[in-house]
Amino acid sequence: MLKGTFFGGIHPFDGKEMSKNKPIVDYVPKGDMVYPLQQHLGAPAVPVVGKGDYVRHGQLIAEAGGFVSAPVYAACSGFVKTIEPHLTVSGDMVESIIIENDGKFAPLEQKKTEKQDTALTPQLILERIREAGVVGMGGAGFPTHVKLAPKNPEQIDYIIVNCSECEPYLTSDYRRMIENPEMIIEGLEYILAIFPHAKGIIAVEDNKADAAVKLEKLCINKPAISVSLLKTKYPQGSERQLIYACTGRKINSSMLPADGGCIVQNTDTVCAVRDAVAEEKPLMYRIVTVTGDAVKNPVNFRVPIGTSYAELAKEAGGFVKEPAQIISGGPLMGISLFDIDVPVIKTSSALLCLTENDVRQHRQTACINCGRCADACPEQLMPMRLLRAVAAADRDTFLKLYGMECIECGACSYICPAKQPLTHSFRTMRRNIMAEKKRGGEK
Amino acid sequence: MSAKYSNPEVSASPHVRAKLSTSHIMQLVVLALIPSGCYGVYHFGINALFHILITVAACVASEFLFTHFMHKPLTVTDGSAVVTGLLLAYCLPVAAPLWMGAVGGVFAIIVVKQLFGGLGHNFMNPALAARCFLLLSFPKLMTDYTYGLYDSISSATPLQLLKESGDLGDISVRDMVFGNIGGTIGETCTIAILLGALILLMFNIIDIKIPAIILATFSVCIMLFNYLLGTHDFNIYYLSAQLSGGGLMLGAWFMATDYVTRPVNTKGQVIYAVLIGMLIAVFRWFGNNAEGASFAIIFANLLTPLLERLPVRKAFGTGGKQA
Repeated sequence: MLKGTFFGGIHPFDGKEMSKNKPIVDYVPKGDMVYPLQQHLGAPAVPVVGKGDYVRHGQLIAEAGGFVSAPVYAACSGFVKTIEPHLTVSGDMVESIIIENDGKFAPLEQKKTEKQDTALTPQLILERIREAGVVGMGGAGFPTHVKLAPKNPEQIDYIIVNCSECEPYLTSDYRRMIENPEMIIEGLEYILAIFPHAKGIIAVEDNKADAAVKLEKLCINKPAISVSLLKTKYPQGSERQLIYACTGRKINSSMLPADGGCIVQNTDTVCAVRDAVAEEKPLMYRIVTVTGDAVKNPVNFRVPIGTSYAELAKEAGGFVKEPAQIISGGPLMGISLFDIDVPVIKTSSALLCLTENDVRQHRQTACINCGRCADACPEQLMPMRLLRAVAAADRDTFLKLYGMECIECGACSYICPAKQPLTHSFRTMRRNIMAEKKRGGEK
Repeated sequence: MSAKYSNPEVSASPHVRAKLSTSHIMQLVVLALIPSGCYGVYHFGINALFHILITVAACVASEFLFTHFMHKPLTVTDGSAVVTGLLLAYCLPVAAPLWMGAVGGVFAIIVVKQLFGGLGHNFMNPALAARCFLLLSFPKLMTDYTYGLYDSISSATPLQLLKESGDLGDISVRDMVFGNIGGTIGETCTIAILLGALILLMFNIIDIKIPAIILATFSVCIMLFNYLLGTHDFNIYYLSAQLSGGGLMLGAWFMATDYVTRPVNTKGQVIYAVLIGMLIAVFRWFGNNAEGASFAIIFANLLTPLLERLPVRKAFGTGGKQA
């Protein structure tokens, strides 16, 4: 079979060896749990508990603040210590519910189990997903019930599960595929039930062929679901590149994937959908890879959301050497942390601790117009010229060179021999342009 | 509670970078130039080595002194001055006085490169510009192709012979391919140049597009001229002599591919390469000089900003058919 792929791309050191064979371990948090009210795109959640309240494991502590929003549930039990701004992964101080974890994980009194024979209508499925607070767990955190409710559900042809995990070092999705492949398929089937004409595609990079085989075996008798093996290349997991590799359809910045008849869901999200629909379990856990050459025992944890990264680092054996760089997420699109005492949120996929700060190692030199950035750009832009436009604060040229199509994947910065800050410049320029549009300055 | 660590440094994503840096690229180009240099020294004698050393030293020194006295960041470590020095030295005839390379080196680095903003900002290839400057300033000295320490050997290059008499006399094409002919220090041995080109291609330093198009266009044009205006036949012997003679090979593989002065867009590159191939053929056939590669390339260099204004390729998913 021809393996799907896309234009451009890079092949960074993948580092998955460190943790790919470590089975998922349940982590039991000991310290305080922090629940930021903003763990997703859209309106922040609104607290429904107050200081001093006793909260049980699985209890709703903040409800959705609008349609594009998601509720938050406690994954521990204990008294609410306070509700105040707390540092998060992004470096922002976000209003958070802080719970003094009593270590008992006292469950909610069991709901009266209604007869499970109510037919699972699309409305019911969406309702359960919304209630469970499921959001895109790959990084963006877009509320899943919104993503799964496009204008015309009958025009959706493909639901793609993003099992490509193209970021180096990350193995959480891989472990999911190896350990709970049936969960992924079950979750995907629930999603497919919402769309009358959709087919399911599970997209796996070919460096995880063993996982693909497992998944393939499970969908032998499921004609609506297929497994697509893709070439290993970064950023294969980017939505537009993934859609192209799987279906040949092209999406640009002015379209939603749904406009191309596709919806992409992250691996962990699909598993959360499965729990939400089948068991009405709210989103309380996620898989986090703790890895990097600074970590003593790289490991994949199943972590209650709200746990501090500091606890995870300690549980992984601490550091063999002082890390020079700590990243939440992968090395290409993750966020550099200056303080490790931040909570795991719905979108946290990894804690990566490296002994060398790669960016600091390299000296910046002048751009020599070599064109490597243009070869690497999956969006087929001309990064070297965009950079010149940014340097000259030339917004018109930036737009004319398709600057708004940039997906900020980092391939250009990675490959640049002159070590120019390409991606970051584009990110800044794009933010400015988008902010201005929002303000209505120019259309 | 928090694990022991102190102030990790933060950076904007991506947090990893490829190993290949500008100076690595320059080092690989130097490596690729070594075979030609070695052959030059073997063929033309120890004087060739002096030329190479003096020219490189002049380039490196000018780069260092200029940045030092202009209070600019020291860029001499990136290795680009060494590449310029080597390329310029390879363009000198061994009989030229030893100060020639020094003068050319200073001109290349200071006038062509640094005055326009240093690495990445020069508008034409510094080595070629310096060569043309020397050629115009000291035409006699720069075209004295005498070589051999004790008994001087034929002063005319094969291309000069070809132009004057229409044949190579007692020089065989084999001599030309292996470089056993007169010419400048680094241009005679086609094999050594191709070996260097292979290194560049292997390490992905250059793309084969530009040199391939130059050589193809040149071949077609020179054969056409020969057919229409010369011997009226398609002479393979003539073509191979043209291909392996003069600065064509060195120019096509090492100079026309210079990142800074070639267009970066594919459309531009194709036009640029076709133009160079055609111009070399025109200069060689109609020009006064038997040579033409240097002038053709720097002329095309000047058109690069214009060629880069061609419409950029469409971004992924924009324009055309969608979904």
